Amino acid sequence: MNPRRIAADFGVFARGYVRNRVGLFFALAFPVIIILLFGAIYTTAGSSTAPVVVQDLDPGGASSQQFLAILNASHDLSLSFVNASVGNLSSYLTSRGLTAGLVIPANFSARIAANQSAGVVVYTDPGQASVAGTVQGVVSASLVELNLERTHTPSLAYPIARNVGSPIFTDIDYLVPGLIGFTILTSPMFAMVELTATYRKEKLFRQLSLTPLTRGEWLSSKILWYVVLTLISAALMVSVGDLLFSAHARLSWGMLPFLVLGTFLFVSLGMLSGSVTRTPETAAVVGNAITFPMMFLSGTFFPVQEFSPALQAVAKVLPLYYVIDGLNSVMLFNDPTRALTDALVVLGISLVFFLAALRAFRWRDE
Amino acid sequence: MPRAVEVRGLVKEYGALRAVNGIDFDVEAGSVFAFLGPNGAGKTTTVEVLEGLRRATAGSVSVLGLDPWSQGSELHRRIGVIPQEFRFFEKITPGEAVAYYAALFDRPTLVDAVLERVVLLDKKNDRFENLSGGQKQKLGLALALVSEPELLFLDEPTTGLDPHARRSIWEVIRALRREGRTIFLTTHYLEEAQLLADRVAIIDHGRILTSGTADSIIAEFGRPDRLRLDGPPELAEALRRTTGRPVRYDRGRVEVEVGGREEFVRLLSAAEASGLPWSNVTTVRDSLEDVFVRLVGSMDEGEVRAAALPSGAGGGR
Repeated sequence: MNPRRIAADFGVFARGYVRNRVGLFFALAFPVIIILLFGAIYTTAGSSTAPVVVQDLDPGGASSQQFLAILNASHDLSLSFVNASVGNLSSYLTSRGLTAGLVIPANFSARIAANQSAGVVVYTDPGQASVAGTVQGVVSASLVELNLERTHTPSLAYPIARNVGSPIFTDIDYLVPGLIGFTILTSPMFAMVELTATYRKEKLFRQLSLTPLTRGEWLSSKILWYVVLTLISAALMVSVGDLLFSAHARLSWGMLPFLVLGTFLFVSLGMLSGSVTRTPETAAVVGNAITFPMMFLSGTFFPVQEFSPALQAVAKVLPLYYVIDGLNSVMLFNDPTRALTDALVVLGISLVFFLAALRAFRWRDE
Repeated sequence: MPRAVEVRGLVKEYGALRAVNGIDFDVEAGSVFAFLGPNGAGKTTTVEVLEGLRRATAGSVSVLGLDPWSQGSELHRRIGVIPQEFRFFEKITPGEAVAYYAALFDRPTLVDAVLERVVLLDKKNDRFENLSGGQKQKLGLALALVSEPELLFLDEPTTGLDPHARRSIWEVIRALRREGRTIFLTTHYLEEAQLLADRVAIIDHGRILTSGTADSIIAEFGRPDRLRLDGPPELAEALRRTTGRPVRYDRGRVEVEVGGREEFVRLLSAAEASGLPWSNVTTVRDSLEDVFVRLVGSMDEGEVRAAALPSGAGGGR
C-alpha cells in the first residue's frame, strides 16, 4: 500500500465526483431532503411551552386545584390532563412518546390540610435535559408557592423526581441514524456497482492495471472517499434534524466505526456486485435488487421495533440492520455494549464481502 | 541490434479455442513494428500477453528482458500502452490526468511538457468528456509517455479519427521513434503500417503468415507491377494479342501485367502501333493492403479484382 498513490487516486476520484452534480446531489442533498419531508410528516405543529401530562388523582381537592392554578399561571408549561383510568402514567408517557408528566396523589389535599407532607411525582426524560429542567423547576417553584400560601411550611408539598420508564424517542429521532445508514448504503453501493461494471466495460481497469496502482490501493481510495462523503452527510443530517425538528440524535465519536466499517462493507458489496455481472445494465439491476429491500427492511425510515416479528427476523439477516442499530445505540441509546456487538458484526460481514470482492475483481485475466 | 521483444512458440488457448497457435517473432529495439491481422486473428491476445495482461498457455515471451506475466509490475514501469479508443475519467482534464499518472509512477510532474509533446497543451483544462476523438487519443499517448517508457504498445491508435487527427498522431509516433523508443503498433490501416513501420508481421488464425519489411513482403507476395492506360476495349484486345499477357479492361481503363522495364517500352510501342487512342499512362504496384487482403484470404479473388478495378471486373472486352 502506497499512501501517495492512494492520495493521487483519491484526489482524481474526488474531483470527478464533485464535478458530477447528480452524484453529489444524491449523496448530500437527497438525504437532507428526505429528513425535511419525513420531519414535516412526523412533526405536528409545535409549541414553545413544555408539554406536561397531568394525572390528578385528587380531583376537586383544594390544594390540588390551587397547585394547578399556580402551574397554569407560570405560562411555561402546557398542561393536558388524563384521569386515573390510564393507569401508570410513566407507561402512558412512554407509549405516546411524551416527555413530561405529573401525578397528584389521591390524598394530596387532605394531607396538606392535615399539615402532613405530600409528594407530587414529576416524570421527565433525562434525554431532553432542557425540557426536564424547565418542568422540574416550574413544578418545584409552584409547590413552594403552594406551601407558602396554604401552610407557610416551605417543604410540606414536595416534588418526587422520576425518569420516564425508558428514554422516549419519536420517529424523527430514529430517522436521523436511519438516514445516515441509508447514505452509507446507497452512495457507495450504487456508485461502486456502476463504477465497477463501467470501468470493466470501458477497459479502465485494464488501463489502471498497467500503472503501479494496485487493486487494494484503488479500493482503499474509494473507501476513503465514501467515508469522507458519509461524514459530511452525517453531520448535515444531524444538524438539520436537530435544528429543524429537535431530533435527539447527536454526533458522537461512537459513530465513526459505523461510518467507516459501513462504508467499507457497502463499497465491497458494490464492487462484488459489479464484478460478478457482465454489463453495467445487469449490474444496476442487481444493485437495486440488493439495495431497495435492505433500505426498507433495516430500519431506515421506521424503527425495526415497530415491525412484525417475522419482518424483524428478516431485518436481522441484513447487514444494514447492524449499521443502523449500531448508530441508534451510539446516537440515541448511549449503549456502548450493543454498539460494540453491532460493530463486530459489521466488521465480520465487511471482511467477508471485501475478500469476496477482491477475489471476483481482477485487474487482468488468466 | 538488441531485441525489445522476443516471442518463441507462443500459444494461448481459451478453453478449446486456440487463439494463438505457436508464433515466433522479434521486435528490434528502437524500431516501429506493425502487427497486422483481421479481426479474431489473435492480434489482441498476443499483444495482451506481451503487456502482461494475459498469461501464455505455452511458449516463451520476453519483453525488455522480462517475463510479462510474472514480472508485470516491473515491466509496466517501462512500457506505455495506448488502448484502442482510449477512455478516461469523464470529468477530469488532461492536466489533472497527467499529474495523476505522474503521481502513480512517482515521476516529476512536468504536465505542460508532456502535453506539449503530444500537441495537447491548449486543451490542458478541458474535461475529457469535451475532447474530440483525436484529442482523447493524444491524451492516451501523453499518459503512456509519463513514465518515459522504452517500449510503447499502440493499439489501433488512429481508428475512427479524421485524416488530420491521424496525421497528427503519426507525427507524434515518428517523433517517438526518433527518440529511440520502440513502438509496437497494431492497426487496421495498412497504409499507416506501410508509412510508419520498419517491420511488419501479419497474423491470421493464430499463426504468423509472414513478416519482414513492407517492401520485402510486397515483393514476395504482391502481383507483378502493372501498366495502366485509358483507351477503348479494342485496345485491351490488341495488347493481349500482341503481348500474350493477361489484360483487364474496366470502364475505359486497360491494365496489363508487366515483368520489367523493357516490357513497359514494348507495351507502349504496341499501344501506339495499334492505331487506337490511348492516354493517361500510369504504373500500378501492389500496396501492403493488397498483399494483406490476398494473404489472409478474407476476400475472394473476384473481390480483390473489384477492389483493384471498380466494377465490371474481368479481362478483355
